[in-house]
Amino acid sequence: MSVLSILPLAVDPFIEFGFMRRALVACLALALCSGPMGVLLVLRRMSLVGDAMAHALLPGAAIGFLLAGFSLGAMSAGSFAAAMLVALGSGAVVRLTPQREDASFAAFYLIALASGVMIISIHGSSVDLMHVLFGAILAVDDAALLLIASVTSVVLASLALIYRPLIVECCDPGFLRALGGRGGLYHFLFLCLLVATLVSGFQALGTLMGVGLMMLPAVTARFWARSVGGMAAVAVLLAFVAGYLGLLVSYYADLPSGPAIVLVAGAFYIFSLLLGRHEGILSTRFLRQVHKEF
Amino acid sequence: MNTAISLENVTVAYRRHPALHHLSGSFKRASLTAVIGPNGAGKSSLLNAITGAVPLSDGRVSVAPDLQPSLAYLPQRTSIDRSFPIRVDELVQLGSWRKTGPFGRVSRAMRDAADHALAAVGLEGFGARLVGELSAGQFQRVLFARLLLQDAQLILLDEPFNAVDERTTADMLALVQRWHGEGRTVIAVLHDMAQVRAHFPEALLLAREQISWGPTAEVLDESHLAHARRLSMAWDEEAAFCVREAA
Repeated sequence: MSVLSILPLAVDPFIEFGFMRRALVACLALALCSGPMGVLLVLRRMSLVGDAMAHALLPGAAIGFLLAGFSLGAMSAGSFAAAMLVALGSGAVVRLTPQREDASFAAFYLIALASGVMIISIHGSSVDLMHVLFGAILAVDDAALLLIASVTSVVLASLALIYRPLIVECCDPGFLRALGGRGGLYHFLFLCLLVATLVSGFQALGTLMGVGLMMLPAVTARFWARSVGGMAAVAVLLAFVAGYLGLLVSYYADLPSGPAIVLVAGAFYIFSLLLGRHEGILSTRFLRQVHKEF
Repeated sequence: MNTAISLENVTVAYRRHPALHHLSGSFKRASLTAVIGPNGAGKSSLLNAITGAVPLSDGRVSVAPDLQPSLAYLPQRTSIDRSFPIRVDELVQLGSWRKTGPFGRVSRAMRDAADHALAAVGLEGFGARLVGELSAGQFQRVLFARLLLQDAQLILLDEPFNAVDERTTADMLALVQRWHGEGRTVIAVLHDMAQVRAHFPEALLLAREQISWGPTAEVLDESHLAHARRLSMAWDEEAAFCVREAA
């Protein structure tokens, strides 16, 4: 099979179907935003906080669903509110008690998750539950696409704005404090951006799969790039390619798109884990290790 | 106004146990003071109280208003995440923070100044490396380069020579001497008594409270040191509440 015969297979679904095109654009927007957010989460040793926050969206989305039916606006607003409540709650616990942040996040998100599942199972069907948890990227319409693109643009611009204090607060918090910098403020803004990112991915990938597109490429990027900027670039690229390939797989094999996308990202991770340029398991074991004079 | 920092009855407590209590006195301008004492004597707590990083349970710290905006603080090495993928020159350029703020541009001149500072600590050409690739001594040199760039009038160093080899210590001590010669106020937490005797004109001996403060030769008296050791070992879970009045 020549390259030319594969090409139509790779582009035809997107030429033929509007929903595939919209899904692809949604993936691009989400990748641009999730890549850098994920890398910062990993560097801040908050990889699991993304997961916790994603669960925290659920009760908000469920209440939005109950009040306004399947309205993206209502569900997004609800999820944003619920996740911010969890973020603020955990933040307050850390300030007021000696509890650590990860512990209080765990406590709050579990409460949120259970209430979300409770609300949905009392008032909705299990199909609704699946939809909220895993999204429906093929059902993204123009309005949803606009929402995704707007939110991700705002998040990306804000991230660029607070990038320097965020990095310093992460690698040398004592320095920022001695200069009178408000480390806590930037941490809080970062959590807001995290919630916004997850909300934007929620229609397309659902509360659970959205974290996959954020964390997997970010964790994978560390095997290929050394600098923060380099990792973010690799993560964006990987997230988008995972989105694209995942959509193709889901189209041809008739599989659910969200898990397909995340599984492609997972395959990239496993590959990099073994063969990654920096600290890949096999590449460090079996490649001849050359070293310089100095 | 000969005073850089004045302390009035300064008390820092963690879960009601004092790390530092009833400390009063002042650091003179352009002084070079070593803060010494056993582990747990409240030395780092004192620096944290001065930078405002820990709340005071009691008392007051006042930094001269003109020095406050020109304070530089070198924390203990452990507070910095050395695995973070930041480049050496980027870390040093943070020394220009007072000029750039969180959002301002790092100018060509600031980059050059950072390169000069790196050269001054003997790390010319290390700019493009990641901090995680440096040895402990090299990393400490990078932090001193950042201090150079900060051009601060009041410099606080918390155990700056821990786990650093002799050569690096000597080089960094020379920088401290240079700052002293330039009239900057320097306060350093140290453990090496010989070093303190040789290079630091003044000393403050702590053991949760002040044991002695003044010219180094007088402070490092054997009776003072023995007193400090005894006090530092005392820890009584059921200790009565301290009722000492502010002096």
